[in-house]
Amino acid sequence: MLEGRDLACWRGERAVFAGLSFTLPPGGALLLVGANGAGKSSLLRLLAGLVPLAEGELLWQGQDALADRVAHAARLRYLSHQDALKPSLSARENLSFFARLWGGDVEAALEAVGLAELAELPARVLSSGQKRRLALARLALAPAALWLLDEPTVGLDTASVERLGVLLAAHRAAGGAVLAATHLPLPLPGAQELRL
Amino acid sequence: MKGFMAVLGREVRLALRHPGDALAAVLFFVLVCALFPFGIGPEPQILARIAPGALLAAALLAALLPLDRLFGAEAEDGSLDQLLLSGLPPALLAAAKAAGHWVVTGLPLLAATPVAAAMLNLPVEAWGTAMVALGLATAILSLFGVAGAALTLGARRGGVLLPLLVLPLSIPAVIFGAAAIEAAAADMAARPYLLLLGALLALAAPLAPIAAGAALRGE
Repeated sequence: MLEGRDLACWRGERAVFAGLSFTLPPGGALLLVGANGAGKSSLLRLLAGLVPLAEGELLWQGQDALADRVAHAARLRYLSHQDALKPSLSARENLSFFARLWGGDVEAALEAVGLAELAELPARVLSSGQKRRLALARLALAPAALWLLDEPTVGLDTASVERLGVLLAAHRAAGGAVLAATHLPLPLPGAQELRL
Repeated sequence: MKGFMAVLGREVRLALRHPGDALAAVLFFVLVCALFPFGIGPEPQILARIAPGALLAAALLAALLPLDRLFGAEAEDGSLDQLLLSGLPPALLAAAKAAGHWVVTGLPLLAATPVAAAMLNLPVEAWGTAMVALGLATAILSLFGVAGAALTLGARRGGVLLPLLVLPLSIPAVIFGAAAIEAAAADMAARPYLLLLGALLALAAPLAPIAAGAALRGE
């Protein structure tokens, strides 16, 4: 489904990583592991099309994935290490904005991350774990073929990690692929590991 | 169009949660206009003579105030990445941001125009024209401003750089806007000048968002 060939990332004159290749089949999962600064987040931004690809090719079903970046954006969900929430909007309002763009059921997505009861609260009063769950609720909103997750479980309690596991399993069962950078164990059975 | 309306609606909603930001721009506009009578002295003729230009300059400066946070705030909390990946073309995203900036900043300035015009002794007959001219000029500034905000995003002194980029581009809007108000004050036809302002807006409406979109994608 997604294939990277000889990808490289440069920060100034220094190569963060180079000659990186991987294939991700439908329903597959790839764990990015590596020390701090190894380029896990950079790789995810590269795959999302947020930074231009300096070297190598990125293929989606055999075609150049980044030729049409708007179409590429439409088939992926990117969870960065920032939660991208507006503190003055309520949890529901934060999510409704994305529901207007992508479609999907806001209440079901809030339910899926266990935030249904806090839906009216402004995001500013949520704890950091709850904010993370609200960011994760975007994944539950509407299906997308590729999930790019940057440290998805930071700040989550065990119950929330289990809920994320349910989301991940449903996504993969529907043929979706997951690429996740993490230092913590993730509920991704059978995931390949890509060491940076 | 659905995405455009979603982004525009979000801008308005966020502005309503922080009404102080829009109010600050309006108060800035009124206060700048109030400074002229103090500086020039209470000479009604001189004030009326400079009123058109002063109104335009004050309104554009006031509309500049919230521009440097337009994309800066989105970039800081990670929302910009999500907006760029929302499936909306970057140019359309920039156009929605420009429309949002005008609704949130430009429209309140129009509401305050009669107050500012009265302080500058602008004849009452010209108030209507002044509001139309300011409406068009602030819309042009919103468009160029979005391009400037996208270009200076991440620049170390972006807040200073932004007016230096945007204000020269808005000189034609000041010229034609002031000419329209002057004509109306002298009981002459303001329409040709307003049409020229409209033409400027029609030129900026497609070009500025395209430039802003390209800048946001880092091309």
